[in-house]
Amino acid sequence: MLQQAEGSHAVAEAVALCRPDVVCAYPISPQTHIVEGLGELVKSGRLSPCEFINVESEFAAMSVAIGASAAGARAYTATASQGLLFMAEAVYNASGLGLPIVMTVANRAIGAPINIWNDHSDAMSQRDSGWLQLYAETNQEAVDLHVQAFKLAEELSMPVMVCMDGFILTHAVERVDVPEPTDVDAFLPPYSPRQVLDPADPVSIGAMVGPEAFMEVRYLAHAKQLSALEHIPRIAAEFEARFGRTSGGLVRGYRCDDAETIVVALGSVIGTLKETVDALRADGVKVGVLGIQSYRPFPLAAVRAALQGAQRVVVLEKSFCVGLGGVVSTDVRVALSGLQLHGYTVVAGLGGRAITRASLERMLKDAVADRLAPLTFLDLDWRIVERQLAREAQTRRSGPIAENLLRDVGTVAAKVA
Amino acid sequence: MDQQVKFYQTGTFTVGNRLLSPELRTVQASTARSNSLNSGHRACQGCGEALGARYAIDAAMRATSKRLIAANATGCLEVFSTPYPESSWQLPWIHSLFGNAAAVGTGIAAALHVRALKSGRTASDVRVIAQGGDGGTTDIGFGCLSGMFERNDDVLYICYDNEAYMNTGVQRSSATPPAARTATTMAVGAAPGAEFGKGKNVPRIAMAHEIPYVATATVADLHDLEAKVERAMTIRGARYLHILVPCPLGWGSASHDTIRLARLARETGIFPVFEAERGEVTRVSKIRRRVPVDEYLRPQKRFAHLFGANGHADMLQRIQDEADRNIRRFHLLDEGSAA
Amino acid sequence: MTMMKPFAITLDPGSSLANKTGSWRTERPVYVDRLPPCNGECPAGEDIQGWLFHAESGNYEAAWRHLTRDNPFPAIMGRVCYHTCESVCNRGRIDAPVGINSVERFLGDEALKQRWRFEWPANETGRHVLVVGAGPSGMSAAYHLRRLGHAVTVIEAGPVLGGMMRFGIPKYRLPRDVLDAEMQRIVDMGVTVRLGAKVSDIVQAMKDGGFDAAFLAVGAHIAKRAYIPAKDSARILDAVAVLRSMEGEAPPQLGRRVVVYGGGNTAIDVARTAKRLGATEAVIVYRRTREKMPAHDFEVEEALEEGVMVKWLSTIKQAEGGALTIEKMTLDAKGNPQPTGELETLEADSVVLALGQDVDLSLLDHVPRLRVEDGVVQVDPQTMMTSYPGLFAGGDMVPAERNVTVAIGHGKKAARHIDAWLRGVKLAPAAKHAPATFERLNPWYYSDAPKTVRPQLDLARRTSSFDEVQGGLTEDNALFEARRCLSCGNCFECDNCYGVCPDNAVVKLGPGNRFAFNYDYCKGCGVCVAECPCGAIEMVPEDV
Repeated sequence: MLQQAEGSHAVAEAVALCRPDVVCAYPISPQTHIVEGLGELVKSGRLSPCEFINVESEFAAMSVAIGASAAGARAYTATASQGLLFMAEAVYNASGLGLPIVMTVANRAIGAPINIWNDHSDAMSQRDSGWLQLYAETNQEAVDLHVQAFKLAEELSMPVMVCMDGFILTHAVERVDVPEPTDVDAFLPPYSPRQVLDPADPVSIGAMVGPEAFMEVRYLAHAKQLSALEHIPRIAAEFEARFGRTSGGLVRGYRCDDAETIVVALGSVIGTLKETVDALRADGVKVGVLGIQSYRPFPLAAVRAALQGAQRVVVLEKSFCVGLGGVVSTDVRVALSGLQLHGYTVVAGLGGRAITRASLERMLKDAVADRLAPLTFLDLDWRIVERQLAREAQTRRSGPIAENLLRDVGTVAAKVA
Repeated sequence: MDQQVKFYQTGTFTVGNRLLSPELRTVQASTARSNSLNSGHRACQGCGEALGARYAIDAAMRATSKRLIAANATGCLEVFSTPYPESSWQLPWIHSLFGNAAAVGTGIAAALHVRALKSGRTASDVRVIAQGGDGGTTDIGFGCLSGMFERNDDVLYICYDNEAYMNTGVQRSSATPPAARTATTMAVGAAPGAEFGKGKNVPRIAMAHEIPYVATATVADLHDLEAKVERAMTIRGARYLHILVPCPLGWGSASHDTIRLARLARETGIFPVFEAERGEVTRVSKIRRRVPVDEYLRPQKRFAHLFGANGHADMLQRIQDEADRNIRRFHLLDEGSAA
Repeated sequence: MTMMKPFAITLDPGSSLANKTGSWRTERPVYVDRLPPCNGECPAGEDIQGWLFHAESGNYEAAWRHLTRDNPFPAIMGRVCYHTCESVCNRGRIDAPVGINSVERFLGDEALKQRWRFEWPANETGRHVLVVGAGPSGMSAAYHLRRLGHAVTVIEAGPVLGGMMRFGIPKYRLPRDVLDAEMQRIVDMGVTVRLGAKVSDIVQAMKDGGFDAAFLAVGAHIAKRAYIPAKDSARILDAVAVLRSMEGEAPPQLGRRVVVYGGGNTAIDVARTAKRLGATEAVIVYRRTREKMPAHDFEVEEALEEGVMVKWLSTIKQAEGGALTIEKMTLDAKGNPQPTGELETLEADSVVLALGQDVDLSLLDHVPRLRVEDGVVQVDPQTMMTSYPGLFAGGDMVPAERNVTVAIGHGKKAARHIDAWLRGVKLAPAAKHAPATFERLNPWYYSDAPKTVRPQLDLARRTSSFDEVQGGLTEDNALFEARRCLSCGNCFECDNCYGVCPDNAVVKLGPGNRFAFNYDYCKGCGVCVAECPCGAIEMVPEDV
């Protein structure tokens, strides 16, 4: 059913349609509206039977989900940023135990300094955890990916993170088609656990595994993710067949077929990039966009196939590996190993800094002209940076960096050129 | 035959008694006991926790007709019972992390409840136990424990208290008693061992949450421990059981002294044994034959620095004072008995 | 639906049984049986812990049969035995010794009430043994010999069975119907008895009767005399005769003021008897102090309660009609009484001498090479055989402490060795278990329970009648008392070991079958040893 809805609200409806048995709620911006929405659905009786639990921390949220999933319940929670880090131990635990929990991550920057706005650093910090990571480009895709995520998680018996950009998607009110309950029920069968805590058939879950078997266990987790490279497209195809639209999958190219320069990105910025590409194409520049929907497992073959025809690849990412540079670009380089392409890493939008079409156009023109440095930071104010570096070189107690920068910048929150 | 004469040679002190009718004997006396923690585990010789866990879980299995699931924190109990490829547990059991046993228990209980509702029942007949050592309960697991309490989740939490982080090599926890030597409170310097004035009494904190049932017990009084587990299983909601389990390795005691030391802990007044409901003490296990704290402390090398030529009589006195205080506070002696 | 369990992370229940932790041990626990102090002490060799075990669960007949395997006279024992078992009872170090004697009496009385009988032996050996003397030793021998299948003839000089039990122990201590019933039970097993027949020559008697062996238990009935200068009017009697005459038609005439000379149990018996016969004064004169008195202290106590008086540190210098001259004594450094020269007069209608008894050894005159010393027949203490082959002896006529229980023990030991001698085999001495000392117990586990006390007749009633002074226990009390037993050194299936093993390495074999260790898993921690209430488990080193 078509609705004019805030992204979070639409996701709450979508999750409710999947009939979760246990929902764990702990507030953190910008996902809070999702769990609030689910709470209201449970309390009003529209989502029933369902245990909605106000837990005492994110660590508890994931832990309660672990217990619930192990006991045969379909379990769900949502978090972001600091919350995701706080539950990091449990995140690894859930995937290590192979529990098909679905979690929404409303992508948000990680402090210090504390910052509630969008970038991908939170989900990226858990990219090695064994969880599958799916990225939504739009609110519609966010809704659709949650329905697919439960099916995917339960088929594989692995947890799935659905990532949607905080505020940009979660708090945007858009037209969304929320699926019909009968269609969701037909698409998503009841949860049938691969292993379950059951007095009639006791098992001990969570053994200590030593050097003699640990590598094998880890390889098996990897094998599961590799098999997901087939499950994901198949589930996306089943979804399209039933619900009539394209959502999810591994990658989606836009005007890539004859592109000489392809920009790779995750999440909502793909939309901005498509408009930028359209403008450049109108000027005859052969550019295209490759959106990655499945970040884990990383679709090496699909990425390589999409990019190998281009001359240059620009990875535009809202993530940053301090001391090295790009995160996603490093993964893309693995996909391209052996191919002679120009590769550029552009770090943008950290902490919610707006990514404008104008900036993107400028950047892409530089890229096409190969004027771009291998690693660049979109719209970074170098004056401030250099002034701070000079300050630190002179004085040992030069004061907190953020304060100094803000003083230099003025009272601007998001810099718009 | 023996209905009139209610005297049974060993009465309620021994595990069983051929003179008692079987239903008055302990669960442990029966060959039908679950042996929920079976042989082949890797606990040290004389491990109090292994004993306490079997005692508690067997009693719970009987009380729930074996409809029971357990969540276990990281620690000695988990490590010695489930090293791949061997598990000693006979019931459905899950180990997640160090600090989340209570939360995992909450999740299991929630799942069971919803699944019961989905099959047309009002509640599940399967019950949940979450368990861990003192480290996993009083320190790193404290947040989840408190959350489970305040939500009144239908979980029985059992803490096996051996008064330190034993599995990692005997480090101090907030349950470590004053003056005890641990690897992080060594017996050196002017104030050897754990400091006085620190530490946490989780049973009393549990009572402050006003949950339906809180109790303490030791492995020396099996009848009492089983009765408490059984009582706990008649109640729905958050329940807490704190069991003192001596650790020969960490306490520096002889492996055969495990039960004797647990007994002395109660008999000195150092470890009050009681039950409470909704924040009020309802029953106290009286001291049978009171002894001074020395008798309990001497057999443990972790207190050796208190004795001898370089001993600390002042610290001993403080420990005795604390025991005296417990006796007063909890009325641990019968009126009219020798103090 | 079988689960598809993830590799390594999820394990099957009970898979730890593959890990045999028994390999960790440096020492292992073993179940032992140790000798309880009561068993070790009993002169009749009763398995006290064993019959208490049955009594504890209310199986009185089983208890009685277990008891009478060794001692056929529990009803008598319960009234006259000095129960030294109780003095060594480990329970005494907790609150008070178990009232073994009281329970024994209860079982004996119950047996009489229920008319439980001894079985005839299954097979007859065809041998015939002579028993001379139907006192406790002789009748005990007769019982055990009969159980072993031998034909037994008891020849008794007196008119009835019982020996000193009848003629030395007063009625108020041992009622005659009880004595008669326990004697009759032996006869009912097929023992031949000839009363009023004194054996004057044992060798001849054996030839005449065609006996294959003989057991002599003629007792010590000849009163020792002391020289007391006495005028004609002085009435001096001996205790043996006095007590014997109590069984006759007319009780002895002792007068109103009776003095008894001597400090043993016989002296006490006479003094108390005198009071019952109506004496206004019964005074015991004894040359040393109360502590040195051979009589058992409880008997002294009872006598004092009944109004018997005692003059310690006194001897009789002279007797005249109606009065005695008493000399005061003091104890020297060695504890021997020495005259002080201080004299006093004591009025007395009669003096009864209770100065000990001698054995009538005349029947042994014609036995070659027989060793007699200090007026008693020497025997091999292991076999009770005299130096004459086939001739055994026991009771007061051999060197030993003189009481009924010791005599009964002699009868049993002799019977077993007579049986072996008749079969031409040597009995190896039975290996005894190591003692079950108090230190090996864990007393915590026993319920708090002080000893029950037997009822006693009111004092007034006691001194005027010959009714039994000490009543027995009721069933409730007897059961209570039996259950105070700690079962020292012998498993009584309390399940402690089964419960306290952290490794679940004790196997329960079922009621009556105790337990076994599963050495595949036992780590040798020793908790079972520490928590066994009765010390029936020990650690022994492993061969490492």
